[in-house]
Amino acid sequence: MGRITLEGVTKSFDDTKVIHGADLEIEDGKFVVFVGPSGCGKTTLLRLIAGLEDVSGGRILIDGKDVTRLAPAKRGLSMVFQSYALYPHMSVRRNIAFGLKMARMPKSEIERRVAHAAGILNLTDYLDRRPGQLSGGQRQRVAIGRAIVREPKGFLFDEPLSNLDAALRVQMRLEVTRLQKQLKTTAVYVTHDQVEAMTMADEIVVLQAGRIEQVGTPLELYERPANVFVAGFIGSPRMNLFEGPVAKRNGATTLGVRPEHLRVQPGDAVVADGCEAWGGTVIQAEHLGSDTFVYVDVPGIGTLDARCTGELRVQVGDTVTLLPDMHQLHRFDAQQLAMA
Amino acid sequence: MARRTPVPRIVLTSVVAWTVGLVIFFPILWMLLTSFKTELAAFSASPSFLFFHWTTENYVAVWTRSNYLEYAWNSVVISLGSTLVALAIAVPAAWSMAFSPTRRTRGILMWMLSTKMLPPVGVLVPIYLLYRDAGLLDTQLGLVIVLCLSNLPIMVWLLFNYFKDIPRDILEAARMDGATIGKEIVYILAPMAVPGIASALLLNVILAWNEAFWSLNLTSSHAAPLTAFIASYASPEGLFWAKLSAASTMAIAPILVLGWFCQKQLVRGLTFGAVK
Repeated sequence: MGRITLEGVTKSFDDTKVIHGADLEIEDGKFVVFVGPSGCGKTTLLRLIAGLEDVSGGRILIDGKDVTRLAPAKRGLSMVFQSYALYPHMSVRRNIAFGLKMARMPKSEIERRVAHAAGILNLTDYLDRRPGQLSGGQRQRVAIGRAIVREPKGFLFDEPLSNLDAALRVQMRLEVTRLQKQLKTTAVYVTHDQVEAMTMADEIVVLQAGRIEQVGTPLELYERPANVFVAGFIGSPRMNLFEGPVAKRNGATTLGVRPEHLRVQPGDAVVADGCEAWGGTVIQAEHLGSDTFVYVDVPGIGTLDARCTGELRVQVGDTVTLLPDMHQLHRFDAQQLAMA
Repeated sequence: MARRTPVPRIVLTSVVAWTVGLVIFFPILWMLLTSFKTELAAFSASPSFLFFHWTTENYVAVWTRSNYLEYAWNSVVISLGSTLVALAIAVPAAWSMAFSPTRRTRGILMWMLSTKMLPPVGVLVPIYLLYRDAGLLDTQLGLVIVLCLSNLPIMVWLLFNYFKDIPRDILEAARMDGATIGKEIVYILAPMAVPGIASALLLNVILAWNEAFWSLNLTSSHAAPLTAFIASYASPEGLFWAKLSAASTMAIAPILVLGWFCQKQLVRGLTFGAVK
């Protein structure tokens, strides 16, 4: 079991409030990703759950038990740090076994668990090496090994892949997700990379300036963002958001349309009743082969980004018409909240 | 390809380094030479450097006249005792300041260091009276306490500078792994900070071994260390240069040998963190 509950959790550093009353329910076995821009408080929230920071207000419960004042090790959680935080003077074997040794587990059980974890993570050949003799990916695996041997109620990951190169990051992303599904252990994962969030999470928690903006599955956030911030943050390339007469005409203060929901038609276009068509000039076109990204300057709206599948033969200076999918328009009111 | 240092430059730096080294070492060398001279030769107005009548009579005289081993034992107990007690206090103190700093940490560190700027003689009378009333005069414990207190600021500073370069994440990882503060220090921090702790330890032993002010003022016979032993040869009966030199050589020999073997450790520890 590993149900984590936050009830009105606040955190202040001196006079600065960094977490403003977070309420959250993380179900057992779920992979939950905290995502948000730098300084939004996602790492602080993770450290509060871990017990590495004291909460200023509110309660943290694990499986219904109040752990707010409990020491980190007593919460039954394991953490993987951004810097790996391996013990440099110990071998891989001793690094992985350290937590079990602290728990005074019998030697035979420690050996069994270390061997099992090393097997899962392909570390068996490296058990007697020091962290300094390992590559970045191997070090990350040791950090994960250290977390899994304790068979915790939950894993806490603090941007664990950000120090790896792009190719290794993708590989480790798959490995971490596979491992979590295999172990069925609750995981809380912090990242600023929304692609990581979308691909790994069962549920995403979007944070901004110490507040939880929205909680939902990746597709829920993509299809029904609760406000302008989430709309702009989730999805790559980001959603086109604009105000003005066109938004007003559609009954909104801010109107949003994702690049993949804009069809680009060279020249003018005939428009059906109740549909929108925005004429403009191509200011940039990126031809990737599989996709074409077209940036169009539309008078009265501004620059809109459109994503077309396959190759679209347009050039800078061409006149085009953008045809939005009317069912995929996102309307936001004056408070920047999504309208029903 | 690495560039070769030009030969004239090597010669110049070698000459300068040897000159500076010899100037610094000269008093010790002179003391060593004097200890092998007769009292007459030691007092000579035109001292001879190497060509004199070499004798070990001063060592024999010093050895038979005073109980060298008792003084040496006191020195060992006092310097090791004060260093170990200081280490036991300084490690947790530096740990807390390095890893859980508050707004006042810098101020506390500066205040600790400022106590070293006060001439010890300024507090001699109150400490003497306190020691007299507490029965600590001329006791090893008394000297252990006073030397521990006087060297503690330096030790905390050294360890603080060393500890603050150790990544905090690693200690937090240990905490997540279930290590108590004590285990965190013993299993993680201490092994990672061995060079820093070793150099702080060595420096303290050397400072305590060579300390004279408190030793001379707070001891007389029972707990007198080697610094008091040297001073006993500058007595009212007259100044015996050769015997004083022999006594001094015998007093500094153990620490000189220790320093020689640990010089690499000492330099590494003292310069750690200065260059990234």
